Amino acid sequence: MSGWSVEIDARTCIGTGMCVGAAPKYFQRKSSKSVPVHDHVEPDEDLLDAAFACPAEAIRVRDEATGDVLVPEA
Amino acid sequence: MTERYPFSEPERLEVDPGYARTREGEGLTRVQLPYGTPTYIATRYEDVKSLLSDPRFSRELAVGEDEPRVMPYVHRPDALTTMDPPRHSRLRRVVSKAFSARRIEALRPSTQQIVDALLDRMENEGGPLDLMRSYALEVPMLVVCELLGVPYEDRDRFHDWSSVLASTASSGVGVDELMRANEDLRAYLGKLIALRRTEPAEDLLSVLAEAHDTDDRLTEDEMVSLAWSVLLAGYEITAYEIGNFAYTLLTGPEHLKALLDDPGLVERAVEELLRQVPLTSASFYPRRAAEDVELGGTLVRKGEAVLPSMMAANRDETVYPNAEKIDFSRDATGHLAFSYGIHHCLGAQLARMELQVVIASLLRRFPGLRLAVDVDDIPWRKGSILRGPLELMVTW
Repeated sequence: MSGWSVEIDARTCIGTGMCVGAAPKYFQRKSSKSVPVHDHVEPDEDLLDAAFACPAEAIRVRDEATGDVLVPEA
Repeated sequence: MTERYPFSEPERLEVDPGYARTREGEGLTRVQLPYGTPTYIATRYEDVKSLLSDPRFSRELAVGEDEPRVMPYVHRPDALTTMDPPRHSRLRRVVSKAFSARRIEALRPSTQQIVDALLDRMENEGGPLDLMRSYALEVPMLVVCELLGVPYEDRDRFHDWSSVLASTASSGVGVDELMRANEDLRAYLGKLIALRRTEPAEDLLSVLAEAHDTDDRLTEDEMVSLAWSVLLAGYEITAYEIGNFAYTLLTGPEHLKALLDDPGLVERAVEELLRQVPLTSASFYPRRAAEDVELGGTLVRKGEAVLPSMMAANRDETVYPNAEKIDFSRDATGHLAFSYGIHHCLGAQLARMELQVVIASLLRRFPGLRLAVDVDDIPWRKGSILRGPLELMVTW
């Protein structure tokens, strides 16, 4: 299966809205936190930019084919 | 009807009733600032959050001679605070790693050392002394100099540049003086960055120089603008927040006692103080609608501006009951003190960490800390975008 998985750790998320503002296609507000719009998405550089911007590093993006973690960087 | 804004000259940490009135009224209120076109002001929590995270509201389109603003100078278009994606995303990505929660947590021990050394000095000197000069202004200066890689010996120059650059319309500081301070600071930072190109170090200026030289990810001007923002935001804003927090605790004995009784409360206390303490004298950084957008019961036409008031949003009763009151048992997370969306404060985690260390350490060292002057004799900063005591004489 090709594509990426997107997760936000609700315990780490501090609700800065960085991801929501940068990529509303992929992230949305849910009370004081942010959540992914879809758990599985097609690869898209805009998603990575938004995920990298998270100051809490609460967003995890994985390549489903290889299992590699694209965000956060080690 | 268009109202004048700021609604009034700020007094200490008092909040003008105009914010509550507009928050509780219908639609968005239209205001005229000292400079630029008329603008709407958003004061409800939900409206402010929507404004800040909706890509149809552009920061970039708002910048220029006609930007509604309280400060005389026109913002440069090459700063993080004046850009939209994708330029903003590219620039922010260069520096965001240096400010991640993990990186900032790693700076906690060195921040604690800085704070402990200052507290030692204060203890040796003995009270009464000025907490602003001895502590509140010193900690952020030392932290930001170390982070950026700027020599601490030059702190007096930064202090002067920073003060001038925070001036508002009512300060009497002319545009010429502002522009000169701005150019001097930029030239100074440019020179330091040039040095890092030949001799890289473990600091943010080196990261910027490298992003410019090896990856071509930053222009010369963008590089200087980033360093400029980090220095100004990292120094005075944090310093006056420390001063305001100290003032609030020293004039609110029940809050001071709560923290002394339970030092583990400090994280919550910092969040609640961030929410409740009004740090700025006015709102700034309006957005302009790139198309017609409905917000807070008003149809904002394409090209019209909206100013976000985080301070008003943080006192929205529908989100924070008894919002004017400080309550350390409240869950204040979700407050907008650091803004929201793509322009959420780059240094938020650093500021949080500094404030936690600064407040906890101060009270641990001097549990008997108290004002050494009558509260009415504390001089306050005027004609600045920042509020805060100019001098805070304390003893213990």
